[in-house]
Amino acid sequence: MANVPADLKYVASHEWIRVEADGTVTIGITDFAQGALGDVVFVDLPEVGTEVAAEADIAVVESVKAASDIYAPLAGTIVAINEDLVDAPEQVNEDPYGAAWFFKLKPANAADLDALLDADAYTALCEG
Amino acid sequence: MAKRTALYDKHLEANATMVDFAGWDMPVNYGSQIQEHNAVRQNAGMFDVSHMTIVDVSGSDSTDYLQKLLANDVARLKEKGKALYSGMLNQDGGVIDDLIVYKADNGYRLVVNSSTRAKDLEWMQKQMLGFSNLSLTERPELAMVAVQGPEAIAKVKLVKPEAAVAIDGLKVFQGRPQAEWFYARTGYTGEDGLEIMIPEAEVAAFWQSLLEAGVQPCGLGARDTLRLEAGMNLYGNDMDETISPLQAGMGWTIAWEPADRQFIGRAALEAEKAAGVANKLVGLVLEGRGIMRSHQKVIIDGVGEGEVTSGTFSPSLECSIAMARVPVATGETCQVEIRGKLIPARVVKLPFVRNGKKVYE
Repeated sequence: MANVPADLKYVASHEWIRVEADGTVTIGITDFAQGALGDVVFVDLPEVGTEVAAEADIAVVESVKAASDIYAPLAGTIVAINEDLVDAPEQVNEDPYGAAWFFKLKPANAADLDALLDADAYTALCEG
Repeated sequence: MAKRTALYDKHLEANATMVDFAGWDMPVNYGSQIQEHNAVRQNAGMFDVSHMTIVDVSGSDSTDYLQKLLANDVARLKEKGKALYSGMLNQDGGVIDDLIVYKADNGYRLVVNSSTRAKDLEWMQKQMLGFSNLSLTERPELAMVAVQGPEAIAKVKLVKPEAAVAIDGLKVFQGRPQAEWFYARTGYTGEDGLEIMIPEAEVAAFWQSLLEAGVQPCGLGARDTLRLEAGMNLYGNDMDETISPLQAGMGWTIAWEPADRQFIGRAALEAEKAAGVANKLVGLVLEGRGIMRSHQKVIIDGVGEGEVTSGTFSPSLECSIAMARVPVATGETCQVEIRGKLIPARVVKLPFVRNGKKVYE
């Protein structure tokens, strides 16, 4: 079974969201998503400073077999990207909730966080 | 419900991710397709290819029939067990399918793609008109396992010593039976190895013994990256009924001599040659970041445009490689449009990898 940490938030497009103490959020893709993709070999990240709309495709992850878009789970501004991931995309398979974070975003509206799924709701979605 | 091969339970036992492939429930990987790929390049891997369609062609008319049906010439098969690769073309010179044909006791054995089985059989039956001593027999009761890699043949002999009599001395593209089994030194990976046809009831035990001997089960994912590195066409990607073998890197499979052999598609190919073949199939090595995928546009400055027919990440070369159909005047460089960006690529001669080594310049 795919690992779904209880302390993270999720969206149906298989990104996880960790709310940091400073109000920014860190975003990556879930264990379920990396399992479905298979061996990840390429990651393309947005530029720091980009303003993104919710559900906009802003990054790309490619496995040997397919390309997949990464969506912004919330509207906001990109404040950091994980440049190490570009040179070591296999981290997405090995450590999806740790070393393989994709980017950090400063939400435009903190209230948008309330709409994200919790671990139980995301698990139910994956099992459906 | 999708069809299952005799190895279905073995795939589940090995935690395979199963996908639908041409109506068959087949393993796409057993975890990491890169590890599977590397096992074949460095040691030995095995593939369940039981979904492929085996058809025996028998009767005294079988040679004449296949000389009409196939662009390559079965008369080149001098001894029993020898095999050749051929396109089966339509009247317009388009490729209906690609296949391997083995010379057998009283005729020939064909192995065709499962994705094209129905139309292949229909076409083959239609072309039987005018041949009286000829029969086609499908052999669904035979399973097929490809064991591939530098250690593949040694592993097969280790777990099945009685097979040595069939395997020892086999040349590339040659097969030999042993009891109800048939061993052929062929494959779809660019490595040495065997494709073995096995009675269904015996295949699971054979698979298990290879597993215990350290042979890595490999899925369709690794099969695709291995064949692409080896520069081998995939039907439906790199050629189809609208593409002639001359534009699909299959010119070498057309037997033009004897000049009076009227194989189906010959007139169209001759006309195409006379008019000048427009495109060629080449290898691409991406020089920038990204992964090439089928249907991406290829732009060649001053020449024109082409299209990626198969693209992937190459586990052996650790960069993106592709096969692409481009105008014949294409030189050594091009650009590939990947997600809205133009990325430079180098044009190379196929294949990319043979026997574990990079071979292009």
